[in-house]
Amino acid sequence: MINLAGRDIAHHLKSYLLTGLGLGLLIGVTLTMAGVYRGMVDDAKVLLRAVDADIWVVQQNTLGPFAEPSSVPDDLYRALLGLAGVAQAGNVAYLTMQVSHHGQSQRVMVAGYEQGKPGGPAFLMAGRPISRAHYEAVADVKTGFQVGDIVRIRRNDYTVIGLTRRMVSSGGDPMLFIPLKDAQAAQFLKDNDAIVEDRQRLAANPALNRPGQSGVLDAVQAIQTSSHKVNAVLLRLQPGFDARALADTIARWQRFTAYTRDDMEEILVAKLIATAAKQIGLFLVILAVVSAAIVAFIIYTMTLGKIKEIAVLKLIGTRDRTIAAMILQEALGLGVIGFFVGKFAATLWAPAFPKYVLLETGDAGRAFILTLIVCALASLLAIRAALKIDPAEAIGG
Amino acid sequence: MKPGTLKISPRTLTLALGALAFIAAFVWLLTTRGPLAPVGVEIVTVTQEDLDPGVYGIGTVEARHAYAVGPIQAGRLLRVQVDQGDRVRAGQLLAEMDPVDLRQRGEAAASAVARARQTALAAQAQVAEAESRARLAEANSARYQMLVNQKFIAQEMADSRHHEAAAANAALAAARASAAGAQRDIGRAEAELQGIDQVRDSLKLLSPIDGVVTAREAEPGTTVVAGQAVLRLVDPAALWVRARVDQARARGIAVGQAADIVLRSAPGVALPGKVARIELQSDAVTEERLVSVVFDPAPAQLYLGELAEVTIRQPGARGVLSVPRAALARVNSQTGVWQAVNGRARFRPVRIGLQSAERSQIVSGLDAGEKVIVYSAKQLDDDMRVREEQLGQP
Repeated sequence: MINLAGRDIAHHLKSYLLTGLGLGLLIGVTLTMAGVYRGMVDDAKVLLRAVDADIWVVQQNTLGPFAEPSSVPDDLYRALLGLAGVAQAGNVAYLTMQVSHHGQSQRVMVAGYEQGKPGGPAFLMAGRPISRAHYEAVADVKTGFQVGDIVRIRRNDYTVIGLTRRMVSSGGDPMLFIPLKDAQAAQFLKDNDAIVEDRQRLAANPALNRPGQSGVLDAVQAIQTSSHKVNAVLLRLQPGFDARALADTIARWQRFTAYTRDDMEEILVAKLIATAAKQIGLFLVILAVVSAAIVAFIIYTMTLGKIKEIAVLKLIGTRDRTIAAMILQEALGLGVIGFFVGKFAATLWAPAFPKYVLLETGDAGRAFILTLIVCALASLLAIRAALKIDPAEAIGG
Repeated sequence: MKPGTLKISPRTLTLALGALAFIAAFVWLLTTRGPLAPVGVEIVTVTQEDLDPGVYGIGTVEARHAYAVGPIQAGRLLRVQVDQGDRVRAGQLLAEMDPVDLRQRGEAAASAVARARQTALAAQAQVAEAESRARLAEANSARYQMLVNQKFIAQEMADSRHHEAAAANAALAAARASAAGAQRDIGRAEAELQGIDQVRDSLKLLSPIDGVVTAREAEPGTTVVAGQAVLRLVDPAALWVRARVDQARARGIAVGQAADIVLRSAPGVALPGKVARIELQSDAVTEERLVSVVFDPAPAQLYLGELAEVTIRQPGARGVLSVPRAALARVNSQTGVWQAVNGRARFRPVRIGLQSAERSQIVSGLDAGEKVIVYSAKQLDDDMRVREEQLGQP
């Protein structure tokens, strides 16, 4: 028995391939959209994975440090280190700011951390880790910085000494790691004009600048420029200790809010990017439905375009089963071609996106099965139409 | 089968080649860019190197000793002779306070001294008179006693003379005491005068050192309180950088170690320096140790309060096993390195020793010539597939 589908395809090879290609691009767009969604969720989690902290201690009753501002004293870690089960504690400070690079302003998330403590970049692509206590930076490659570049934050120049990759804030901004003390200073440092004006304002205040008490003004000015706050304290636990229990202890006795890694993931994914993720998720669903509909229509119209041929086949006594098999095989073939073209296209253009696009193998598998099911269902419609064709149409028309 | 079906038409050939090319491209894409691609890593060899670690801190240029010159009691500033930046010698008059009524008080004290001298003279004269009286009374008393012994007169008369003599002696003693008191009064009045002179001297603000004026904080006419600085001086030859060094890294610092000082005004120039003092009292809030580094030799011109970066050179090690610091990783609270074993990542715990900015000494866990992963394009995990490639810039 000859393969009718093969014959038919070979007959209209060009149009068949082009249809597959078009279908593939559509599937590619859908896959990319799924990748954008996955990438967004992954962006939210990537920092958590990188810092590898078991507990995040933040200001009481806040969702800090990303979803809400949080500020805790920078000597809190001493009290936390004394708790049973805590292996490491690290202060961190996060601030989002614009830095300029080659005259172009760029939005980055600056992360201050202490060397050798939780909070730093997990791996490097080039350069070396921060070794000085001040004015060195490790940048994500997406910032466009190179090792040896000078980046200005507030009033100090930082030397980029290392590069890392996939270190982004939950909003997808690339990160810039600097020593904690610099980050603390940068967070609260005003520009020079503001400082000078503030000094004059204070000096003009008779309550603070009394004759005969020259020390008061200096003290007030000093207290305004110093900062002993950080945004969160990260804890790593000794093996075998329960993070949940320790977080509860900290919340109860230290009067700070403590999140385990799961809590933090929940905050970042379910709270911080919830609306944006839902937006993209809904769009993805619509796109998938529309794609499925288009695939179905294409296959249906393709079949309808062959009415005459099918009528001839019927006329010469071809069995319905053979005709149905031909249509099903052609539809599935289109699906397979479309899927692979789509996957190819999505993989090809995914790295070009400004934000991370995560193409998961699981998603691809699901998309493949879904494509085949949609093709099969669409071919059912087409088969129904084909079987209804009157063989007489072969002669007429 | 008919032989005709085996004939390969050019079209089928093109089709087959196209399909093959597509599949090849697809597989290539999946394995190089897609999720199945191995993680690109850069690999280096463990080598023996010289390590020159340094400890880094920042501080400001400060004077070793700073002098605040001001009055010892509240008063109004009369004149200020020097301005900021002026070089002054030790003992030079810098400023003067308004003496107000001090001159008059001095004159009054001088009159008091003169009066005391006059009073003393008068007292001295009184002593002379009392002496004369006493002598006369003694002589009379002696004569009467003789007459009593010869029974010319009654004893009662002699007793009366005797009493007169005793009274005269007592009056003499009183006169002498009063004369001594008058002398003391001279001393008191003179001391008062001297005191006023000294107060007048203290109104002159003199330079305690050969140095430079760094601040002129009050102008003539200003009323300043006791202890408030009018002028600030430093010794320009004794300037140093008071640097703050993270306690976590301050262990090896010792007095005498060489250091490089980079001033903010000259970022590219490292000035030689030396650790001169490590303060016993650290900053407990910022967790930093305070280390003073002197310039060696001192540059011609320095500006106080300028930010300076200090790198204190630590004793290094020659020819020790080391890896780039970027190669070190922490997994499950263990420090170690990643290695590529048969295309898979493996974690290997190591013990590290000295660390310089670039490299880290390997105390144990690795041998010379072994290869370790230094850079990776992704966070590594055990058994992750890796492939050596040049990461560099993407």
